[in-house]
Amino acid sequence: MGALELKSVTKSFGSTEVIKGVDLTVNDGEFCVFVGPSGCGKSTLLRIIAGLEDATAGDILLDGKRVNEVAPAKRELAMVFQSYALYPHLSVRDNMGLALKQAGQPKATIQAATEKAAAMLSLGPLMDRRPAELSGGQRQRVAIGRAIVRTPKLFLFDEPLSNLDAALRVATRIEIARLHRDLKATMIYVTHDQVEAMTLADRIVVLRAGKVEQVGSPMELYNNPANTFVAGFIGSPQMNFLDAAALGLQPGQAGIRPEHLAITRHQGEIPAEVSHVEKLGGETLVYARSAQHGLLTVRLFGEHDYAVSEPVHLTPDRARLFEFDSEGLRRV
Amino acid sequence: MSPGRSIAAHAALITWTLIALFPVFVIVINSFKSRKAIFADPLALPWPENFDLIGYQTVMKQGDFFLYFQNSLIVTCASLFFVLLFGAMAAFALSEYRFRGNTLMGLYLALGIMIPIRLGTVAILEIMVASGLVNTLTALILVYTAQGLPLAVFILAEFMKSVSDDLKNAGRIDGLSEYRIFFSLVLPLVRPAMATVAVFTMIPIWNDLWFPLILAPSEEVKTVTLGAQVFIGQFVTNWNAVLAALSLAIVPVLVLYLIFSRQLIRGITAGAVK
Ligand SMILES: Nc1ncnc2c1ncn2[C@@H]1O[C@H](COP(=O)(O)OP(=O)(O)O)[C@@H](O)[C@H]1O
Ligand SMILES: [Mg+2]
Repeated sequence: MGALELKSVTKSFGSTEVIKGVDLTVNDGEFCVFVGPSGCGKSTLLRIIAGLEDATAGDILLDGKRVNEVAPAKRELAMVFQSYALYPHLSVRDNMGLALKQAGQPKATIQAATEKAAAMLSLGPLMDRRPAELSGGQRQRVAIGRAIVRTPKLFLFDEPLSNLDAALRVATRIEIARLHRDLKATMIYVTHDQVEAMTLADRIVVLRAGKVEQVGSPMELYNNPANTFVAGFIGSPQMNFLDAAALGLQPGQAGIRPEHLAITRHQGEIPAEVSHVEKLGGETLVYARSAQHGLLTVRLFGEHDYAVSEPVHLTPDRARLFEFDSEGLRRV
Repeated sequence: MSPGRSIAAHAALITWTLIALFPVFVIVINSFKSRKAIFADPLALPWPENFDLIGYQTVMKQGDFFLYFQNSLIVTCASLFFVLLFGAMAAFALSEYRFRGNTLMGLYLALGIMIPIRLGTVAILEIMVASGLVNTLTALILVYTAQGLPLAVFILAEFMKSVSDDLKNAGRIDGLSEYRIFFSLVLPLVRPAMATVAVFTMIPIWNDLWFPLILAPSEEVKTVTLGAQVFIGQFVTNWNAVLAALSLAIVPVLVLYLIFSRQLIRGITAGAVK
């Protein structure tokens, strides 16, 4: 229970079209991540699914039923916001119980549901505090707890981790993944961070300027990007784009991931000069400038020593090379 | 801040406070003096030799001052209530909902800030006569509500735009009605703005002489400012009584101000913790 379908959904604010026709199916129990650069319409699309914005055209179906005119509270979904959006005047307990109280559930049911959610997120000792007395990470856990309490068909997350510091972000990410396994509910998760998308998603929807660029599992997108935008967006550090003609291929762009570019001191395909080296311990990133292709990134496992301005040679792994035409579309 | 700058800032603020409070101070001290003492030395403090409560006695005896006070309080509090309620509701609608003519409506509602309501006095009087509201407190409350709304809508709409959309949306998903969202989520967060609007609205209403004189001059609906006018004659003015009445009139408005300013400070510190 909790399948979502969008049929040619569009949204305009005045004369600017923000969502330009999105068709999408999210299966029951799936963890689906919307990823794309800031301002591409991810939050707008999520708000349309939640019923907080009306779609200008198109249909939204939940479990096969059209819900365009159904109020947000009646759609049996829960949403976690980037800014936590806890009710400042209510205790943690009341924040979590409010939706059930509004739905007219008996006190005992509300009590049991909040206790259960609190146990899942270890919020027990915080139940009588006000949001102002919690840290950022605790607030976000309460916001997630508030969503769980409703046992919704569909969870919506709008960049829930972007206000947390790096360590907390990883911990909360793992917690969300665990919740998805435990609850087996459908989740839609919006982020501009491709690492979050890759680590959490069953399926990723890459959005650009209000349009779906590609839909697929993280590894499908990594191994089989449909165009230069997806190729550049998925994977970190970013894919290198080379001049295809210079490599003896059809004119256009040739994409190669930093981990598939070999670096040697003496001989290789592309002569270049080291311009910067980043040592991360586990891996080393070498940035080298080539006259033909511009700045290229090489990713090496372990520690390596390269001096700035040192001449080097780079060789792409031909089997891992992606060819794109002048439009940026993948050549098949 | 360095001590030198701190001292300079305090000196400037204290000087300004003294200048601002001086007229009030003169009114209050002279209200406790005999008529002769007032004219002999207006700046002298009320010592036993010139101390005199004649002003207060006159005020208490002549006219029904307690009733005037009550009228002023009813008019001010009722107008304030309606200005804040309707102003906040209009501001919420303007800042929260997208509808055709939203900007135009906002400008129209703010127009009253620039056009003094007194320009419409004749028309207002005609309306009040036609509807039989002359010499009622209702007439004053209606006029003052209209007078206070433009600024209230303008200020509150700006503040409400800054209330987090996510919070309101969370309420909608949890099934709160728009009224609950307005009253229990948005209003508490704009409390400092409400207090500011309350102070700005309250003082001109309390001090107004114009509309009570025109719309409600009869004995049983007189306000304090109008009541105090009986002591100002064309040839003789009973200064003791005027000063005593004015001193008394400061008290209720001071109390209201203290209530609102506490809200104001509480709102500001609550924001700082968040
Ligand atoms: N209420 C609104 N009125 C007008 N434009 C809006 C509104 N909400 C969003 N937009 C515009 O829609 C675009 C997409 O916004 P959003 O969905 O928030 O992007 P994202 O979440 O992907 O960063 C942005 O260009 C934004 O300016
Ligand atoms: Mg967003």
